[in-house]
Amino acid sequence: MGSNMAENHPVGFQWVMEARERGAKVIHVDPRFTRTSAMATKWVGIRPGSDIAFLGGVVNYILQNELYFREYVEHYTNAPVIIDEAYVDTEDADGLFSGWDPEQGQYDVTTWSYEGMETHGAAGQREEGYSPKGEQSGHGGHGGGLKHGEPPSEDPELTHPRCVFQILKRHYQRYTPEFVAETCGVSVEDFAYVCEALVQNSGRERTSAFCYAVGWTQHTVGVQYIRTAAIIQQLLGNMGRPGGGIMALRGHASIQGSTDIPTLYNILPGYLPMPHTENYGSFDNFVQANVAPTGWWGNFEEYWVSLMCAYFGPEASSENDWLFDHLPRIDDDNSVYWTLEQMLDGKVRGYIVAGENPAVGNANGKAHRLAFANLDWMVVRDVVEIESASWWYDSPEIESGELKTEEIPTEIFFMPAATHTEKDGSFTNTQRLLQWHWQAVEPKQDCRSELWFYFHLGRMIKSKLKDSQEPRDLLINKLHWDYPTHSAIREPSAETILKEIGGYEVESGEPLPGYKKLKSDGSTACGCWIYAGCYQNGINQPARKKPHWEQDTHVAPEWAWAWPANRRIIYNRASADPEGNPWSERKKYVYWNGEQETWEGIDTPDFDETKPPDYVPPDDAKGPDAIAGDHPFIMQSDGRSWLYVPQGLEDGPLPTHYEPQESPFDNPLYSQRANPRRQQHKDADWDPYNPIEGEPGFELFPHVLTTYRLTEHHTAGGMTRSIPYLAELQPAFFCEVSPELAEEAGLENGGWATVYTSRSAVEARVLVTRRMKPQTVRGRVTHTVGLPYHWGQRLLTAGDTANDLLHAALDPNVHIMETKAQTCGIRAGRRPRGKALTEFVESLRAQTEKTRPEPEETRKT
Amino acid sequence: MTDARSYYGRPVVKEPTWTWEIPVYFFTGGMGGASSVLGLSAKLFGNEKLSRTALYIGAASDAVSAPLLISDLGRPERFHHMLRVFKVTSPMNIGAWILTVAGGASNTAAALELLGILKPVKLLAELVASVFGPPLATYTGVLLADTAIPVWHEARHELPWLFGASGAAAAGAAASLFLDPDEAGPARRLAVGAGAAELTLMQVMEQRLGETGEVYKREEAGKAGRAAKALTAAGVAVLATRGKGSRGAQALGGALVCAGSMCMRWSVYKAGFQSARDPKYVVKPQRERARREGTKASTMPGESRGAADRGT
Amino acid sequence: MTSIMEPSGVPAGYEAWGDDQHARVGFFTDTSVCIGCKACEVACKEWNLIPADGQDFLAQSYDNTGELNSETWRHVAFIEQEKPLRADDGAVGLRWLMESDVCKHCTHAACLDVCPTGSLFRTEFGTVVVQEDICNGCGYCVPACPFGVIDKRDMKSTANMGHQPDLPSFLGKKEDGRVWKCTLCYDRLKGGHEPACAKACPTKSIQFGPLDELRERADQRLEKLQDEGWNGAQLYLRDPDDGIGGAGAFFLLLDDPEVYGLPPDPVVTTAFLGQMWTNMAAAAAALAVGVVGGFVFGGRK
Ligand SMILES: Nc1nc2c(c(=O)[nH]1)N[C@H]1C(S)=C(S)[C@@H](COP(=O)(O)OP(=O)(O)OC[C@H]3O[C@@H](n4cnc5c(=O)[nH]c(N)nc54)[C@H](O)[C@@H]3O)O[C@H]1N2
Ligand SMILES: Nc1nc2c(c(=O)[nH]1)N[C@H]1C(S)=C(S)[C@@H](COP(=O)(O)OP(=O)(O)OC[C@H]3O[C@@H](n4cnc5c(=O)[nH]c(N)nc54)[C@H](O)[C@@H]3O)O[C@H]1N2
Ligand code: SF4
Ligand code: SF4
Ligand code: SF4
Ligand code: SF4
Ligand code: SF4
Ligand SMILES: [Mo]
Repeated sequence: MGSNMAENHPVGFQWVMEARERGAKVIHVDPRFTRTSAMATKWVGIRPGSDIAFLGGVVNYILQNELYFREYVEHYTNAPVIIDEAYVDTEDADGLFSGWDPEQGQYDVTTWSYEGMETHGAAGQREEGYSPKGEQSGHGGHGGGLKHGEPPSEDPELTHPRCVFQILKRHYQRYTPEFVAETCGVSVEDFAYVCEALVQNSGRERTSAFCYAVGWTQHTVGVQYIRTAAIIQQLLGNMGRPGGGIMALRGHASIQGSTDIPTLYNILPGYLPMPHTENYGSFDNFVQANVAPTGWWGNFEEYWVSLMCAYFGPEASSENDWLFDHLPRIDDDNSVYWTLEQMLDGKVRGYIVAGENPAVGNANGKAHRLAFANLDWMVVRDVVEIESASWWYDSPEIESGELKTEEIPTEIFFMPAATHTEKDGSFTNTQRLLQWHWQAVEPKQDCRSELWFYFHLGRMIKSKLKDSQEPRDLLINKLHWDYPTHSAIREPSAETILKEIGGYEVESGEPLPGYKKLKSDGSTACGCWIYAGCYQNGINQPARKKPHWEQDTHVAPEWAWAWPANRRIIYNRASADPEGNPWSERKKYVYWNGEQETWEGIDTPDFDETKPPDYVPPDDAKGPDAIAGDHPFIMQSDGRSWLYVPQGLEDGPLPTHYEPQESPFDNPLYSQRANPRRQQHKDADWDPYNPIEGEPGFELFPHVLTTYRLTEHHTAGGMTRSIPYLAELQPAFFCEVSPELAEEAGLENGGWATVYTSRSAVEARVLVTRRMKPQTVRGRVTHTVGLPYHWGQRLLTAGDTANDLLHAALDPNVHIMETKAQTCGIRAGRRPRGKALTEFVESLRAQTEKTRPEPEETRKT
Repeated sequence: MTDARSYYGRPVVKEPTWTWEIPVYFFTGGMGGASSVLGLSAKLFGNEKLSRTALYIGAASDAVSAPLLISDLGRPERFHHMLRVFKVTSPMNIGAWILTVAGGASNTAAALELLGILKPVKLLAELVASVFGPPLATYTGVLLADTAIPVWHEARHELPWLFGASGAAAAGAAASLFLDPDEAGPARRLAVGAGAAELTLMQVMEQRLGETGEVYKREEAGKAGRAAKALTAAGVAVLATRGKGSRGAQALGGALVCAGSMCMRWSVYKAGFQSARDPKYVVKPQRERARREGTKASTMPGESRGAADRGT
Repeated sequence: MTSIMEPSGVPAGYEAWGDDQHARVGFFTDTSVCIGCKACEVACKEWNLIPADGQDFLAQSYDNTGELNSETWRHVAFIEQEKPLRADDGAVGLRWLMESDVCKHCTHAACLDVCPTGSLFRTEFGTVVVQEDICNGCGYCVPACPFGVIDKRDMKSTANMGHQPDLPSFLGKKEDGRVWKCTLCYDRLKGGHEPACAKACPTKSIQFGPLDELRERADQRLEKLQDEGWNGAQLYLRDPDDGIGGAGAFFLLLDDPEVYGLPPDPVVTTAFLGQMWTNMAAAAAALAVGVVGGFVFGGRK
């Protein structure tokens, strides 16, 4: 669900095919019938933006029919935990959870916590004066702080009205099959099929897996989509077990790597938090704010100090608090769209675009291009001259006269990048597997690798600043920046950097075997604690390429290396029952060996190797020691997986069906139509929203618009629209419509259509296909217009950019835009050109503007 | 578009890549080949004038044939690669040999005739040319028939005959152009007889082709075919009724028959493209045959193998 | 030596390799697991340095290359149908068939038979390959192929949109003029590698191997699909006694061949060649007789 795996992860999909051949049922729930649907046992065509209703229906089905995996739920999840009396569910507050602050537009989450304790924010989020309010999610959200391993109030019978289990039951009781059918535009039979298939294929003997990608994430409730699936998987006992889980099919070749060793503004390698601007008083206070009293985040200081030692070498010491006071700080949401807004306001002077193409790939492309024209300078590093580099002389805005090349003050530097074949390095894939690749050819001409660029840039800056006494330059001067180089262009050694990431003993330089050896006294350095051990024994572990058929188990541990600790399934203690025995012989994976008194199995156990299943932590236990022997989820402070999330999420402890920012329907459950906490740019004229039902001009945008990918192209297209062999396979920007919509709008297969929103209008060739199914939602037929988003102004196959149509309302947890469900209008023929285009869009807006009633939610980003 | 099941109405077989030179060559080759026979026969029957005229026509036709062929090749410089091998499965290979021998002989004979030397060699050359002439005029029918183009392949019984008749008609008609009526009797009669045969064969072929033959009613093949029939019929009529009496009429009749012969080739040539373009001409007959004879290329589940008896 | 002979199941010219002969290899393309990723199309082009042949939006599902031709030696067909995948699935179904088509490497190969230069030849692997340095561009093989596979390259210099991959210099010429088709990666086979398309295929839809083994595997596969109730499953060109003597590259289809643009019952044209030659001889004789007849029955003048 929410992924088109065959098209976007074709190589990984071979295993799905293999499973199908061995009798597995493959179900694809997607608004479109795609190449994945074609391979599936069953396709269910769902209305975009309605997955929580669907999945919530599955939860309800499981609970109402008592089909959950009782033993698993009782021991491994927080189902028995009793929640604070002050908690109010959306079902009782018309779509809002308790703690909603309409002024701030956010939740005070204190009422969501476990009864009898004050919950702490997740690692990375708690430093804001220890207050769990405000920005509380992000990639640091790994666990709340419990003073001791067990929550204070539990009901193992699961009958207490305020226990998580009962709350869950009440929360989803209105998600009946009929409700699902009405809301999602699917049939009751299809929904029942999915429920039954899931339940039948779960339990002791069997496991089911969910695969998702951006069909789930790119919504104003994206994170909650995945949470709903997580609830199902916990109820069915499908987590931490082979063949189970929720597979995030990640994107770009190493997008997993780029969150582990992040390109994100709010975290440091290994999901350590970026310090905020507030005055912590001391490094110790910072550690106190982040260390989790119980669970594996208890070793926060070890991870942190080792990172600082990797950054600064001998310059960081306990005397100078590992240079904590000098580290840069963040003061707010500094994500992409926030920065865009600042840029539009003229508050950003320089911008470096490396390995992305925001003019095409980001929602509201036009706003991005206009924003670039407010910069003083811009650096683009890419392998081809992409739209984000050429916008100043070749863009729709130049065509329409909104921008004039000679009037743009921005100075633009285009720096050619080397491709992955021209450099050594590793990719971290969906499965957290680090795989090494070797350079095949020397980069041509001025093309240089990222490593080369940043290493030499750092080197030059350091040498320029070496005599500076400015406090702001201190950190740069202290940076440990010493890597061997090779070849004529002085390419830094990627292996040396991998070694630093994998960690080493400072004294001896010996690579570390794993994160358990990290110290907080400065004797170890490690560039990313979860990667610790990837250079174990001086061997480049990711470079191991022993095929699975030469290995003893199908887990194939000697193929590359997975973080953490080369563990292929995390939380795999859950593959055994509370006593430590395999749930079933068939699904035997990691289990307790009573004789040897160790955990063993075919994977690296994700548990203290010698902690017996009946271990009960003493009252004062800290860190990992506070986790009981039958609690597999060791990164959580209570060692359990969370059906109900007391903290760490911005928009609620339980997923609730909300409509997208733009949809043709109101919310069948509540008068609160959309996620109250979603991030909007409500009053910004660069991001106007289409009217929703009941507002003037609603009829201009009656259809649902969704965007997606094609196998033949990659994302914003720089890497594929430039290749003749790929360009010819999908040579034109097109829209997919049903025969019914084609008939209604007068569209002709192969002809042209203009698709428009309040943001812009684009033209696309028409592909009329039965694979787009009109849906009947609450008695009304809705059409979905599908647009692949790969096209832009330039390269071999050029076309209009789907993202010019999209608004940038965001999920509050991860600030991702809602690309999957918006509204639009469509008509036959090509779009107006030049100035006429701007006028056309203005006329659309004129029919809707200013007449919109004040929306229910208020947060402004 | 097509009314058979197909893949978006796309062709199953490829249209030929040949260009205008090929049908023109069919005409010249046919005329040349038949002319050689006409020339030698006239010699044997003692009509020297007709013999010489036919010899020159044959030689000239053969002489332009080779360049036409060469010019059609994608890699003209490699014409001679056809003469590296001798391959009976390839009508084009055989044709290249036939043209080489027949053309070589007719041109040798013509050259010797012009120079007036080496009489016995000349005679031998004429003999060779007229032995290889009829194959030259008819092999082109096999050349077309030996393809997967339905309208050609299915006409494999008629095409060599049709092309032979047409070549003979053109040879007779061409000779008639240059001679007085009283010297051109056999040529005229050849043009009339062969022309009539050509018309009949065309009709028979179209009829027998059934649905496949309907391309001859359409587009360019239709136009050229109708022109061919009208021209040939008119030419034959003129030659038969007035040819004997008037040089002008005889010349007109000859020209009409030649033009008809050329148009016929053009029609057949174009018909091939048209029948390749529409998949129904491939799919329907094959389906029908499969139904009729139980042959097919698919194995259905549970079917025993090796049962189909493929009548050809 | 030729397929004029009764279908023998042995490809013409294959035996001539004697000691150098290898087991006959080919493809079993199982369309029931093809995900339509086109990796095969691209891998083939990459390996064989085939020029891109321009960009046309065909509006035929996701197929924008349309057919096999001189620039496309693997072609993935996309067919959208309102038919259930399983025959027993009562509901109005929707299915999307995908099939990666290729030269069939016929046992009785018309292209090879009719080639006047011997440019097309039977390799020691039993495959059919064009020798680029022999082909004179006569184009005869093009209409001879019952599957419309082989094609002449008439590349206009603009066809590459000015963005040529690194091609051998001869391709930079205005026109090429020769014919091209799948070589079953002859060069790779000689080096002991599997063909590029098979290598790239993520789902094993393209299976490469000794033909005997493939046929066996295909039979088992067909049986399995039948047991699972797949709608329309059939093996195409698997049998040595079909009109082309069976193919080196055969297929498992989920509907009739014509739905994929394949002929339902192709017969190699040269199967009739003996007949045609005889017929021609008669016509030639008749021509001679006719000419002479003009003299005999009308006088010499
Ligand atoms: N060939 C190729 N592969 C790629 C990429 C590429 O561009 N090309 N990109 C890579 C990247 S960066 C990423 S992030 C991944 C993304 O991989 P995917 O998430 O698979 O990518 P999309 O095609 O954007 O969206 C997936 C599906 O979500 C469906 N969808 C839309 N709205 C909804 C909804 O509300 N509910 C449900 N259930 N489904 C919905 C769409 O119809 C679409 O089929 O792919 C990676 N792989
Ligand atoms: N409407 C809509 N919009 C979307 C999405 C959607 O589903 N719908 N999906 C979103 C998602 S999930 C993603 S990930 C984004 C992707 O959007 P972007 O990241 O903006 O797009 P890409 O085209 O992947 O940009 C990567 C660029 O890196 C270049 N490149 C490749 N290798 C290197 C290298 O080694 N060094 C450098 N410097 N450059 C290199 C490539 O040429 C390419 O231009 O799009 C998002 N936008
Ligand atoms: S492009 Fe690369 S990462 Fe994506 S499916 Fe293919 S092999 Fe895997
Ligand atoms: S499919 Fe066509 S090109 Fe391929 S071997 Fe058979 S006849 Fe020749
Ligand atoms: S085009 Fe080339 S390969 Fe084809 S028949 Fe002619 S010479 Fe042979
Ligand atoms: S075998 Fe080689 S030449 Fe033939 S289609 Fe596959 S990759 Fe192309
Ligand atoms: S590579 Fe394999 S799965 Fe992909 S289109 Fe080709 S045959 Fe189908
Ligand atoms: Mo992505």
